[in-house]
Amino acid sequence: MMRALPALGLLLASLACQAETPQQTRQMYTNEAAAQQPGFTPSAKRGESLFRQRFALNDKMPACTSCHTEQPANNGQHAVTGKSIRPLAVAANGERFSDPAKVEKWFGRNCKEVVGRACTPGEKADFIAFMSEVR
Amino acid sequence: MKALISFALLAFTLPAIADRLPLPGDTPASYRTECGSCHLAYPPALLSAQDWQRTLGSLDQHFGSDAAVDSQKRQEISAFLQRHAGDAGKLGSAGEPPRISQTPRFVRHHREVPAKYWRDPRVKSAANCEACHRGAADGRYSEHDIALPELRR
Repeated sequence: MMRALPALGLLLASLACQAETPQQTRQMYTNEAAAQQPGFTPSAKRGESLFRQRFALNDKMPACTSCHTEQPANNGQHAVTGKSIRPLAVAANGERFSDPAKVEKWFGRNCKEVVGRACTPGEKADFIAFMSEVR
Repeated sequence: MKALISFALLAFTLPAIADRLPLPGDTPASYRTECGSCHLAYPPALLSAQDWQRTLGSLDQHFGSDAAVDSQKRQEISAFLQRHAGDAGKLGSAGEPPRISQTPRFVRHHREVPAKYWRDPRVKSAANCEACHRGAADGRYSEHDIALPELRR
């Protein structure tokens, strides 16, 4: 019992932090997508097209690249305020896609603002797949 | 003599105090994340309590973006901003919708900045404090520590 205590403590601590890896976050969306569309597998290529697509619904932010630039491994800049944005690419910013609540919040805000609708779980999985391998 | 020294010290420290606007120690994490992602988490003293309240009342249409937060966070952020808001009389009117950059206090402090720098791609907007005040995130706004070499003095 005494030996199990530290292990239990670690487990509780990791649950409280909810820190995930980008793979785990992507898997969460993949499972959600597969429930609607059996056999779904994420595609970095589809993720890249989504990232580069010009939706042109929003004058200031016609595409993801308006703030995140064409090179997701570089710093971005907010199209309205000018604030610097840390890279989206996991290779350049290890914190990306590691906090599921944060990921869901920003997909929620940015898809609504730029794409004009909520993104599907499949699109989110594709997007993370692309950002996990782009350099 | 002693009085002279303290006077001299005071004369040196007063301008330094005016340049320092760190976030208060009781700043909730929700303020930093919800109000500090798209722009700097602004020092609450830069708007009056009434103007902060008006800003929070229309977060779903916040300068062209839907920046709405859940009611628990809104309450927490609102209470914090009310506690540390600036003196409306000293700040002057922030306009409608309220903008820190429209308060006479802000305008007075920035009147020597030529108009072209506000449009510079490195700056983009008056919302981007850190473009010039590189220590802004830590509350440092000294005119002697400006990121754009052309504006250094």
